[in-house]
Amino acid sequence: MKVNLNTRILSKNEQAAEQNRVFLADHKLACLNLISSPGSGKTTLLARTITDLKDKLRIGVIEGDIKTDYDAQRIRAAGAAAIQIETEGACHLSAPQVNWALNNLPVNDLDLVFIENVGNLVCPSAFDLGESGRVVVLSIPEGDDKPAKYPGTFANADVILINKIDLISYLKFDLQRVLSDIAVLNSKAIIVQISAATGQGMQSWYDWLMARLASR
Amino acid sequence: MHETAVAQSVLDTILEQADKLSARPVRAVISCGQFNALNDEAMRFAFEAATEGTVCDAMQLVIKHIPLRAKCDHCDRLFEFDIYTPACPECKSEHFNFQADAPLLLEEIEFENPNDKGGL
Repeated sequence: MKVNLNTRILSKNEQAAEQNRVFLADHKLACLNLISSPGSGKTTLLARTITDLKDKLRIGVIEGDIKTDYDAQRIRAAGAAAIQIETEGACHLSAPQVNWALNNLPVNDLDLVFIENVGNLVCPSAFDLGESGRVVVLSIPEGDDKPAKYPGTFANADVILINKIDLISYLKFDLQRVLSDIAVLNSKAIIVQISAATGQGMQSWYDWLMARLASR
Repeated sequence: MHETAVAQSVLDTILEQADKLSARPVRAVISCGQFNALNDEAMRFAFEAATEGTVCDAMQLVIKHIPLRAKCDHCDRLFEFDIYTPACPECKSEHFNFQADAPLLLEEIEFENPNDKGGL
């Protein structure tokens, strides 16, 4: 006996993501999901963004890590509200976790919520969190083959930040290869070269961010 | 290893259906697109681990990979995207747009026929 279903396997996650979208819209909040491999500089990027834009944007952060609240501590030290989710082994954040975190952030006092996903270029891509945009961070030391190796993640990005650009002269990294591989996968993504550590290129990222928020 | 989350979700739906029909599931077919990055080996391993000790133990899992299609900007041809040769097979243009990638679907579940005692 055969039962034809054709049901979406991640429908529970998708329903929770939809709830998050409604919640964010009700609170007039923008929400960006940050995806990258571990060590690409997501937290440094956020801390600098929070400090540099403190007079312009009220930012809250949902931190996802397998263990520890180190990142939430760094975000709070930079002056923003942060909620840490410890996934206890899971390699990605799911929409119900974000739902819980949104309910524990002072959302009425915020303009923008960043979700710093678990460091991983594969799994987070498949899980809609209800975000209004996706930011993928690729750092120079990771190598120039990453867009081709992890096509799903790069294909679904709204912005791709190439971080640690200050290290490019010390490492073998073919920027042209990265740009042409991204062009194949995602012709719409905005690509910004930055160094969250030195501040190089950060103004272009802020310009994109402010424009994105203004267009809501 | 998002396959563990996928496996758990598939199992939940199969158990629900098995309960409704009071039948033992023997085979399930799932399908996925190219950007879901579902790995067959990891998926089978995760499914085996998830189903252990349940009525789904030892059931067969079929995994279908649906190709990603793209449409050429130049000649409008629809083609299956291949990352090694990212160009239109017709006019060789490198300008094209992806069609929507296939979602993760649980397509069908096959249950043991209630009259089939032992059988296969």
